Amino acid sequence: MYRLPIGKYVEIGVDWLTDNLSTFFDIIKSAFLFVIDGFEFIYVGIPFIIMLAIICTIAWWTAGKKTALFTLVGALVIKSIELWELTMKTFALVTTATVIALVIGIPLGIWMSRSNRLNKGMRPILDFMQTMPAFVYLIPAVYFFDLGPVPGAVATVIFAMPPIVRLTSLGIRQVPRDVIEASRAFGCTPKQMLFKVQIPLAKPTILAGLNQTIMLSLSMVVISSMIGSGGLGDIVLKGITQMKIGVGFEGGLAVVILAMILDRITQSIGKPKSKRKVA
Amino acid sequence: MIKVEVKNLYKIFGPAPQKILSHIKKGTVSKKEILKKTDHGIGVNNASFQVEEGEIFVVMGLSGSGKSTLIRCLNRLIEPTAGEVYIDNEDIVKYDVDKLREIRRKKISMVFQNFALLPHRTIEENVAFGLEVQGLKLEERINKAVEALVLVGLKGYEKSMPSELSGGMQQRVGLARALATNPDILLMDEAFSALDPLIKKEMQDELLSLQVKMHKTIIFITHDLDEALKIGDKIAIMKDGVIVQIGSPEEILKKPADDYVREFVQGVNRTKVVTAGSIMKNTDTIVFSKDGSRVAVRKMKEASISSVFVVDKQRRLKGIVTIENATKLIKENKEDLNEIIDTDVEVVSPDTLIEDLIPLFINSKYPIVVADEERKILGIIFKVSVLAGIMGEEEYDV
Ligand SMILES: Nc1ncnc2c1ncn2[C@@H]1O[C@H](COP(=O)(O)OP(=O)(O)OP(=O)(O)O)[C@@H](O)[C@H]1O
Ligand SMILES: [Mg+2]
Repeated sequence: MYRLPIGKYVEIGVDWLTDNLSTFFDIIKSAFLFVIDGFEFIYVGIPFIIMLAIICTIAWWTAGKKTALFTLVGALVIKSIELWELTMKTFALVTTATVIALVIGIPLGIWMSRSNRLNKGMRPILDFMQTMPAFVYLIPAVYFFDLGPVPGAVATVIFAMPPIVRLTSLGIRQVPRDVIEASRAFGCTPKQMLFKVQIPLAKPTILAGLNQTIMLSLSMVVISSMIGSGGLGDIVLKGITQMKIGVGFEGGLAVVILAMILDRITQSIGKPKSKRKVA
Repeated sequence: MIKVEVKNLYKIFGPAPQKILSHIKKGTVSKKEILKKTDHGIGVNNASFQVEEGEIFVVMGLSGSGKSTLIRCLNRLIEPTAGEVYIDNEDIVKYDVDKLREIRRKKISMVFQNFALLPHRTIEENVAFGLEVQGLKLEERINKAVEALVLVGLKGYEKSMPSELSGGMQQRVGLARALATNPDILLMDEAFSALDPLIKKEMQDELLSLQVKMHKTIIFITHDLDEALKIGDKIAIMKDGVIVQIGSPEEILKKPADDYVREFVQGVNRTKVVTAGSIMKNTDTIVFSKDGSRVAVRKMKEASISSVFVVDKQRRLKGIVTIENATKLIKENKEDLNEIIDTDVEVVSPDTLIEDLIPLFINSKYPIVVADEERKILGIIFKVSVLAGIMGEEEYDV
């Protein structure tokens, strides 16, 4: 049977891109590096005690006492197994990827909510982005951006963006028709409609998307340590490659704690204030 | 003054409305045929009507008759396929986006069947929404919103959320939101249909009493005839996108234009609609108080009736005399009718409802007099004409 030369064409395409768009990739690379380093500088630079206080306060304020307590214990565990700095590096990567995914994803989602054609066209692309095995992105990313944290962050953005795009679009589409009609009847401009009606009403759905995007970022950031992005993934990777179960477990534990804290906090932002205190 | 005028309005849904429109204008196809043969639907078919300033104009019809489509053409939430919509003598169909937005902000507002409040905002923020969209300062718009809330009886709920309020209260918020921008025209699409009967009645009464103060021009959609008759100054009845009849509540009841309307008005509680003025009989047989007993007896004999109303020189009602008393007076050789006038006569104004006439008959031996404010007799009502009024046969002589 004839073998379709898909892989070969992809290689040709990637080669062409690296040859012709190298300046473009350099710019992206510097931009990513700037953001990553910025967050890392802040997170790692702030003394542990102060950082702990900040995170616990945020947890308390958004998700309540229980989560705050969990955050406190979790952070102390991470500190005691001497993984705090690496955790903060991972967190910096997650923050970078999430912020960039939001900056691209939310406007894209809004646009998709307004155009049925774009919505139809984007859906398979988003499916593709999300279901492609995560580390397949790593290869072209390394091609364009060399080793280091940038290709990892780029791959993470691609992998983690679909939920925020999808759920932004969905949330806006789900705003009841009669509410839209009412705001038109009162003379809203499209912009007023978007910011006063659609986005506020879609907020819970958009925040659910944010939560998923953060979780996907975290999982991808760990995987991307394979291409040298650093952070907790390194420890996990060391555990696997050197068959050090204990080290691997500790790294994994830190990832799980970080994931749970981020999950609880982002999940409760979406809930109405009155319910927050109880939870 | 005419506030809203609609001329030959059409709305056709589907991919090629103009093509279908030319077919419809030629009158070659019916709504059903269009639905069957093409993927088009007719929302409004050649509607024309006028609404006076300060009037409540009710549009009524079965589900799918095009009421919502029609009312949405008036602020162009739905774009008409053809026709003109004049508001204060300007055709708003020709307006560009900016002018349209301006008129939606300032002149027309709308109340929706399912309230359509913004769930993430407090009541006062909801009511202030129209003003916020206009760009009013926070303090100013909240003040106006609170005023509107007082108007609809929701003082004290400013900081509540919509989900904390009952349906009736939510619709009061909807009404307050529509009133807050102080528009000339209110569009109300089945505004009370989602409410349970008691609340609905309360809201209708409230709207009517507000209307006494406000004199808005209101276009009100309903599929409930009792509601239409109660609040409408004029009623338009729609069927399959066509307005089949426009008239006052009584005209609709008394002279239904076709079987569709007749079917509608069957079973309506006519005692709440038909007025004394419409069932009263003219009376030529009255006597003046100066006439004296002999004239009175002769007139009663001529008309073969057993009692007659007495009026003064200005034809104002003084009372009634019976033939027995008048004959007695003659036997006593007296003339002056004033001695025997029975003043215990029920007098009503012409717009009294049958509903309110019935109890009067229970206590009255005589027919009821319909009179104007100066007690000048306009007509009289017999028991039997009340019955005829209820049966809807008031045109026939009894
Ligand atoms: N967006 C639309 N696309 C196609 N057809 C429509 C659309 N909106 C309404 N129609 C059709 O137009 C006709 C009139 O609908 P409309 O909603 O105006 O009726 P209505 O009198 O308000 O009914 P109801 O009492 O159920 O609210 C119906 O046959 C309906 O199917
Ligand atoms: Mg309707």
